[in-house]
Amino acid sequence: MELSMNQRERTVPTSRWLPWHAIVVFAFLYLPIVTLIVYSFNGSGVGGFPPRDLTLNWYRQLFADDAIWTSVLNSLLVAFAAMAISLAFGIPAALALDRANFPGKALFRRLVLLPLILPGIITGLSLLMLFQAGNVKLSLLTIVLGHGTALISVATTEVFAGLQKLDRTQEEASLDLGANYWQTFWRVTLPNLRLSIIGAALLIFTLSMDEIAVSFFLIGRDNTLPLEIWGRLRRGITPEINAISTIIFIFSLAAIVTWYRLRAKAEPELIL
Amino acid sequence: MALRATRDNLATVSEPATTGATPSSASPLLDIRNVAKSFGKNVVLRNISLQVAEGEFLTILGESGSGKTTLLRIIAGFEAASSGEILMGGERLDRLPPYQRRVNTVFQHYALFPHLTVAENVGYGLRVAKLPPQEIATRVEQALDMVKMTAYSAVKPAKISGGQQQRIALARALVNRPRLLLLDEPLSALDANLRRQMQVELKSLQREVGISFVFVTHDQEEAMVMSDRIALLRMGELEQVASPREIYNRPASAYTAQFIGHTNLLSGEVKDGVAHCQSLSWRTGLRDGPGLFSLRPENIRLATGVSTGAAVRFRAKILRQAFHGATELLQVECADGLLLSIRAASRDNWSGDVDLEFSSADAVPVRASEIQQPQGKD
Repeated sequence: MELSMNQRERTVPTSRWLPWHAIVVFAFLYLPIVTLIVYSFNGSGVGGFPPRDLTLNWYRQLFADDAIWTSVLNSLLVAFAAMAISLAFGIPAALALDRANFPGKALFRRLVLLPLILPGIITGLSLLMLFQAGNVKLSLLTIVLGHGTALISVATTEVFAGLQKLDRTQEEASLDLGANYWQTFWRVTLPNLRLSIIGAALLIFTLSMDEIAVSFFLIGRDNTLPLEIWGRLRRGITPEINAISTIIFIFSLAAIVTWYRLRAKAEPELIL
Repeated sequence: MALRATRDNLATVSEPATTGATPSSASPLLDIRNVAKSFGKNVVLRNISLQVAEGEFLTILGESGSGKTTLLRIIAGFEAASSGEILMGGERLDRLPPYQRRVNTVFQHYALFPHLTVAENVGYGLRVAKLPPQEIATRVEQALDMVKMTAYSAVKPAKISGGQQQRIALARALVNRPRLLLLDEPLSALDANLRRQMQVELKSLQREVGISFVFVTHDQEEAMVMSDRIALLRMGELEQVASPREIYNRPASAYTAQFIGHTNLLSGEVKDGVAHCQSLSWRTGLRDGPGLFSLRPENIRLATGVSTGAAVRFRAKILRQAFHGATELLQVECADGLLLSIRAASRDNWSGDVDLEFSSADAVPVRASEIQQPQGKD
């Protein structure tokens, strides 16, 4: 990495403003998050610059706040359930797209992507209408179903990409060595898709965790975390929200780093 | 570094037949009967009939696109023949799924499982067969020992070289004690030195384990070195099936003669048992009419002493020479303009006019091959 950078500097003339440009972009991206984190430790609340008297008070207050933690629990529940649903439907769909030939395959391939492109408001509204037509009472379950269906496309596209990279002769080798089709799927195909599936799962999990639009339509009595935060914001920003956001940020960072490590281990050549 | 196997550690050479009745040694292990294959309108194989004997090393030789890999895939069970049937030990093989055939394959790019270690790769077939762990462990160890890869058992395939992966692929197939081993150009990814070494090792390994090998290659030299018999495939049809010596010395067609080794193709007229090609004439068993003959460059010698009459003697001018190490390939022109290749001892500057001769018997009558001839292979 170091070496190739040096070589590039020698061969391609670069502007000396480029590093400054990079810093500005990074500042633009990360300054809001840094502000959020800093103010979660600010003794005098969200007002006042520069932040004075650092404190952990907001965190203490946060940990005592049952409503927030119930919503966090609800969000986790929804995210895991949505992950299970979308993977359970998405993986077979990807296999069908990769292996089977059926009429309307090209159309199916495009339609599967639709929920990803469709604005959440439309998805949410249409699901709400469907549930009301079916007389289904809104609850966490309806949110799970909403997230699950909307995110099937993520699972399908990720796993389909993984299948396209898979070396099919490995499956033939497995059959050749006496494993039947089912054994081959479990012992060869699935392990080869491990990265794609973990990637899809992480992506679905994060998308579900911060989803607002669809949830907004399908919410029953139990709040998810984003809706809880949104609800509180209407009553004004409190540093408590900064605190929970900071915690979420740290967990997201950990997830990204884990994913990156896994990938680097499996496919070192893909990592810069 | 030689591959080695002992009879007790690898294949039981004479396993009792599962049916109880021992098949007679004369019946072939594998019997391919009138197999044809087409993909849509594209005919890949036509009317292939071929037998493989117990313990035989048979090479399917052909250019790319000749259908050799398709034939291998049909035997392995990855493709279904469009027509015809395949029997193994007298029983239908082609109706079984690949995982029920006692046939194992060494794939061109080895197809090792990247998520498994070397030892896990080798033990894969035994694990899916649900053998006791103790037996799996011993057999994997023996197979790794056979290919001299014991030291790498805990390593993932990505960490070892192509030649080593090749050995693992071989061990992974042979550990299952197949009745037939299929090899799909397994040496083509190796560099020339390693390839020559592996040719010798593979051949001696096959002798020791006594399993029939069907080896697919486009390399005629490889086929000559390793095979008991060569089946030359051309555009989906069998051109000739014979031992390397016979196929080289008595090629049946112009294509065979040109594909395997260098040759001079002489097209002439036969009259009263004598073939005439421009100013050259020699005795032949062919009937009157047009005739095509293959005359190997090494069968044309520099003439010394008095003509014996048994040999055809002529004078030619040396045009150019190509150095081949131990020998030179000379291009000569006869007085009437006929161009011939001859093989001569290696010497720095061949030039001038020379007296040459060949025996009538060495001009082998061959069947004309329609459509274009392949480019001369080296």
